[in-house]
Amino acid sequence: MTASGSTDAAVRIRGLRKTYGGLAAVDGIDLDIAHGETFALLGPNGAGKSTTIEILEGYRLRTSGEVSVLGVDPAHAGLDWKSRLGIVLQSATESGVYTVREQLAHFARFYPSPRNVDEVIAAVGLEAKAGTRVGKLSGGQRRRVDVALGIIGRPELLFLDEPTTGFDPEARREFWKLIRGLKAEGTTIVLTTHYLDEAAQLGDRAGVILGGRLVDVGKVGELGGADARVPIVRWRDRSGVTREERTEAPAELVASVARELGGEPEGLEVIRPSLEDIYLQLVRAAGAEAHDAEEVLA
Amino acid sequence: MSATTGTTGTAGTTRSNRPPSVAAIGIARIGYETKGYFRSPDAVFFTFLFPLIMLGIFTAAFSAAGEIQPGPDAEGLSIGAYYLPGMLAAGMLLSGVQNLAVDIATEKGDGTLKRLGGTPLSPVSYFLGKIGQVFVTGVLQAALLLLVAATVFGIALPTAPEAWLTFAWVFVLGVATSALLGIALSALPRSGKSATAVVIPIVLVLQFISGVYLQFSQLPEWMQNLASAFPLKWMAQGMRAAFLPDDFAVLEQHGTWDLGWVAFWLIAWLVVGLVVSRLTFRWIRRDA
Repeated sequence: MTASGSTDAAVRIRGLRKTYGGLAAVDGIDLDIAHGETFALLGPNGAGKSTTIEILEGYRLRTSGEVSVLGVDPAHAGLDWKSRLGIVLQSATESGVYTVREQLAHFARFYPSPRNVDEVIAAVGLEAKAGTRVGKLSGGQRRRVDVALGIIGRPELLFLDEPTTGFDPEARREFWKLIRGLKAEGTTIVLTTHYLDEAAQLGDRAGVILGGRLVDVGKVGELGGADARVPIVRWRDRSGVTREERTEAPAELVASVARELGGEPEGLEVIRPSLEDIYLQLVRAAGAEAHDAEEVLA
Repeated sequence: MSATTGTTGTAGTTRSNRPPSVAAIGIARIGYETKGYFRSPDAVFFTFLFPLIMLGIFTAAFSAAGEIQPGPDAEGLSIGAYYLPGMLAAGMLLSGVQNLAVDIATEKGDGTLKRLGGTPLSPVSYFLGKIGQVFVTGVLQAALLLLVAATVFGIALPTAPEAWLTFAWVFVLGVATSALLGIALSALPRSGKSATAVVIPIVLVLQFISGVYLQFSQLPEWMQNLASAFPLKWMAQGMRAAFLPDDFAVLEQHGTWDLGWVAFWLIAWLVVGLVVSRLTFRWIRRDA
């Protein structure tokens, strides 16, 4: 496995489907994630993100399709396989009667070559809280314990399901630094997030899941295609109606609008679509498609 | 394997590349679980101290009620001395069944099991930790109960080695059975929040019909027969065999201690607990 393991994809998904009583939560996903890559999975709640991730983690069984994670089918994987993964789940609400250090030292025992407990505590910035019971920590601090437990086993592949929910901006930046460090060590990272800037900061590539399908996959800077990045000029015309036009030459358009109106246009904006705008466009477009499909059926 | 871990390994901090043994982690978990148990006030009060508190109440409340006698001219026992074996049996039931059923159902509900299921922890190590915790706290509980009974309540403890031998095997078998039944019963509550509401009534009713809080010989026959189908009656009977004078045997259902049946019923329930635990336990429901 030493030879083939490094050439094959870390994660390989073909035709993945998961249905619940006829409803497809995941509806035919194909995806490869390379070793050492950081991949961000985006999508609104209920789009199938967590279901997909949980199938990769071995928590859920798929209805059909092929899945290979570190060369192993998660549905039939053993403890050896789990020792190569790190999993940070969406939320855990344990009573937390153990201190941060006790909890990490205990979990470290499960793995064949764990990281140093104090180094991990330092990496997540909890040195001052190492002797505090987890239950007494704030939400953001508990989340950092979750991340610490996810990396204590020195995983080859790390799953992060909405890792920074509840973080303040500074904690998020610290967290990004930590993830970049893991990435530099060669860890493959699969991340789901609601924060598009997080995907832009960390992800080599991103995929957008909508209605159980992967509607777009690409480098974070190329998501949505070139057209989606064309700047938008927005202004209000004489009757007060908001107008919007996409153009590669926004300055020219603004000038011509100003000329036409004979003065400064009201509510003028020039927008260079951010990842968030592109993402929202994708979501809206998919919503409209679904709506059309329903109308056809009706 | 070594090539892939070697790329990220910092030699000084790695222990070895061999997976840790299931038994070693299981033993580590006994300490971890025991520590967690004593840091949970609810568990300590309702499963560890409860029999002691009940013994205190019984001794105080019935101090003027006279003695319990096995026959008209026989030598009697104080209420406290008579109920001590029942409280020991209740302690075994609470430490095993109530503690583990509530604990594991809560861990299922709050995400603990899901997190553990994502690590290379073997379920066998997990159960070694749980059962070991029940043994450790059960032994401490029984020791405390006996110590307080002897020193505070002035209850005479047996001196014959056979009595302690009986106590030892009934205790070990009873605690093992209780622990496994607790694991099995943890499958019943539908959520962590409903765990105590589902588990406590079952455990409480068993204590009332099995001769823990009420004198077994005075219960109606149908209730005695009903209780005989469950393990607590046999734990209490085994404990009475160890701690009460031999002439009290006439108060039992068949006029003898029936230690053979005590062993039979406890082993039968142990097997039930083992099979149900094996069939129902999952870190999480994967088909969900």
